Amino acid sequence: MPTPLFVFGAFWKNRPLFMRAGPMTQTLLSLSNLTKQFGGKTVLDSLDLDIYDGEFITLLGPSGCGKTTLLRLIAGFEQPDCGAISLSGVDLTGTPPEGRPLNTVFQHYALFPHMSVFDNVAYGLKMEKRPADEIRDRVGEALAMVQLQDYARRKPQQLSGGQQQRVAIARAVVKRPRLLLLDEPLSALDYKLRRTMQIELKRLQRELGITFVFVTHDQEEALSMSDRVVVLKDGVVQQLGTPREVYERPANLFTARFVGETNFFPGTVDAINGGEIIVDVFGLKRTLRKPGFELHPGQTVHVLLRPEDIRVLEPSDEQGLAGRIVERNYKGSTLDSVIHLDDGTEVLASEFFDEDDPAFDYRLGEPVRVSWVDGWEWLLPEESTVANIGSLADDV
Amino acid sequence: MIRWLPRAWLMLIYGLLYVPIAVLVVFSFNDSRSGYTWGGLSLRWYETLFNNHAMVEAMWNSLWLALSAATVSTLIGGLTALALHRYRFRGKRVLNGMLFVVMMSPEIVLAISLLALFLLVGIQLGYVSLLLAHVTFCLPFVVITVMARLSGFDESLPEAARDLGASDFTMTRTVLIPVIMPALLAGWLLGFTLSLDDVVVSTFVSGPTYEILPLRIYSMVRVGLKPEVNALGTLLLVFSLVMLSLSQWILTRSKQ
Repeated sequence: MPTPLFVFGAFWKNRPLFMRAGPMTQTLLSLSNLTKQFGGKTVLDSLDLDIYDGEFITLLGPSGCGKTTLLRLIAGFEQPDCGAISLSGVDLTGTPPEGRPLNTVFQHYALFPHMSVFDNVAYGLKMEKRPADEIRDRVGEALAMVQLQDYARRKPQQLSGGQQQRVAIARAVVKRPRLLLLDEPLSALDYKLRRTMQIELKRLQRELGITFVFVTHDQEEALSMSDRVVVLKDGVVQQLGTPREVYERPANLFTARFVGETNFFPGTVDAINGGEIIVDVFGLKRTLRKPGFELHPGQTVHVLLRPEDIRVLEPSDEQGLAGRIVERNYKGSTLDSVIHLDDGTEVLASEFFDEDDPAFDYRLGEPVRVSWVDGWEWLLPEESTVANIGSLADDV
Repeated sequence: MIRWLPRAWLMLIYGLLYVPIAVLVVFSFNDSRSGYTWGGLSLRWYETLFNNHAMVEAMWNSLWLALSAATVSTLIGGLTALALHRYRFRGKRVLNGMLFVVMMSPEIVLAISLLALFLLVGIQLGYVSLLLAHVTFCLPFVVITVMARLSGFDESLPEAARDLGASDFTMTRTVLIPVIMPALLAGWLLGFTLSLDDVVVSTFVSGPTYEILPLRIYSMVRVGLKPEVNALGTLLLVFSLVMLSLSQWILTRSKQ
C-alpha cells in the first residue's frame, strides 16, 4: 500500500506542463522521432526536441552534424523520412513551406536581385494580398527596425554585406512569424560586424518576442546569444541545456571538446567516502565531489578543467604538478599559456591580469607548477568512443 | 625596338575584318552602275531596293520567320533548360548530350533529314516547314544560354520565395523568370540572328510560296552582283548593330 506522500511524489514528478515553474516552458514547436537520410547516410537519427515559445535556441555542431538539415525540415524545404513536426499542436509535417507560419533568414541572405530593398521586404506581405497602404507602413516599420529606412529604393547589390543581412532579417520578420529560423546568418560577416549583429539580433528577439532557432558552428556565438543550446553530432543530440550547463557541465567528451577549450586529465578513483571521492591525478591525490554517474574504486575517469580554472604557481610551491611554459599568447584581457607537464601532457591555462601585477608575463621554458581550484573540475566517465576525440579536434 | 610592329599587325587584322564591310557600305551610296568606279553620292540603290516588291516581301517574310522562330524556341528552350536544371530524371544526361549533337552536326545533314521528314509526314514546304526547321536549330543555343545563367543561380532564392508564402507557380513567375530574363532575351536574340541569316537549311525546306531574304539575295547574285545588294547589306548591318546595342543595354541594365 503506497503512502499518500509517495503517490503525491509520483504525481508531482510527472505533473503537467502548466504546473511547472519557470518562464518559457510552453512548447511552441515539437519535433518527434525525426529521421532523415541522404543517399543511405543518416543525417538525422530519430531526433526529439521541444522548442519553447519565445526562447532563443541554438543548434550547435560541426559541419555535417545535421543542424542545417534540421532547419530545412522545420522550414519545409525537405521532408523527413519519418517523424513529425508540430507547431502549437498543429501537425506541419506534410505542409509546404508557404503554408508554415515561420520564416527563414538564409546564410547568403537570398535577397531577390531584381527587386529593390522595399520590394524584397514587401514580398511576403504581397503574397498575403495585404492592402497597399498596410504594406507600405509595415515595410517602413521593419526597415526602421533594422535602421535601413533610407535605403528602401536601393537594389540589394548596392548594399554592404551587413546591410544585406539586415534586409534579410527585416524581410523575414515583417510577416510576424511565430518562429524565425536563422541558418548561420552571420558567418559571411567580418568579426566586428558579427559582434554588432549578435547584439542586434538579441535586441530584436527581445523586442519582437519571436522564437529564434539559430544555427551556427561558432560555439562562442552560441554561448553568448542563446537561452538554450542544442549540441548536435552525427544527427544525434549530444546535450541540450543552457549555455552555462553546456560549458560548465558538459554531458560527454564531445561536448566538452567542442564547446570551448578543455584540459583532459586522466584520473583513477582511489576511494569513495559518501559524497566525496579521492582521485589520483598524475600521482596527486585530490578530494573531489562525487559525480552523478556510478563509480567504483580503481575506475579511470576524465578530469576536465577549463583553461581559466587552471592556477599557475611558483616552482617553489609545494602543491600541484611540475611543468614548463612552452608558449605564451598575449590576448589583451588574458594571458594564455601552454604548459608541458614533466610527463609531456599539454595544459592550457588562461589567466586574467589583475591590479597587483599588470605587467605579469612568462618566459618560455620557465618552470612552474600547475594546480586548480577545488570544486571547479568536472568529471566524465571513460567512453568507448574516446578514439573519436582526436579526429574531432580537426573540425573545431 | 620595333614598337610599331604589334600595332601594325593589329591594324592589319582589323583591316581585313572591316575593310570589306566599309567598302560595301560606301558603295551602297555609289551613283555608278559599276561596282568598281565611284560615280558620286546617291541613294538610288536604296530606291531601287524598295521598289523591288519581291525583295521587300522577302524581307518581311524573313523578319516574321525570325521573330516567330526565336519566340517559339525561347519558350520551348527556356522550359527545357528549367527542367534540365531543376529535376533529376532518367536519361537527363542523354537529353543534354542530344542538344549538343544538334548543335554540332553539319547543317546539311540537318537540312536533308528535315526535308525527308517533312516529305514523309506530308508537311507542305513553306512557312510552317521553315518555322519547324528554324526552331530545331535555334533550340540548343537557347537552352545552353539559359542553362549557363541557371548554373550561377542562387538555389536559396526560390526557397526564400516559398518561405515568404509564394506557391511554386507564383515563385516561378515573380522570382525565377525575372532573374533569368537576361538569359532568355540573349537566347531570343541569338535565335533571331541565326534564323535571319540561315541559308543551308532554308534552301532545302522552303517552298515557292514563302520566299525569304537570304535565298532571294543568293538567287540575285547568281546572275551578277547588283549594286542594290550593297544597299540591302548596309541596312542589315545597321539593323544588327541596333539589335546588338539593345541586347547590351538590356544586359547592363539588369546587372545594376
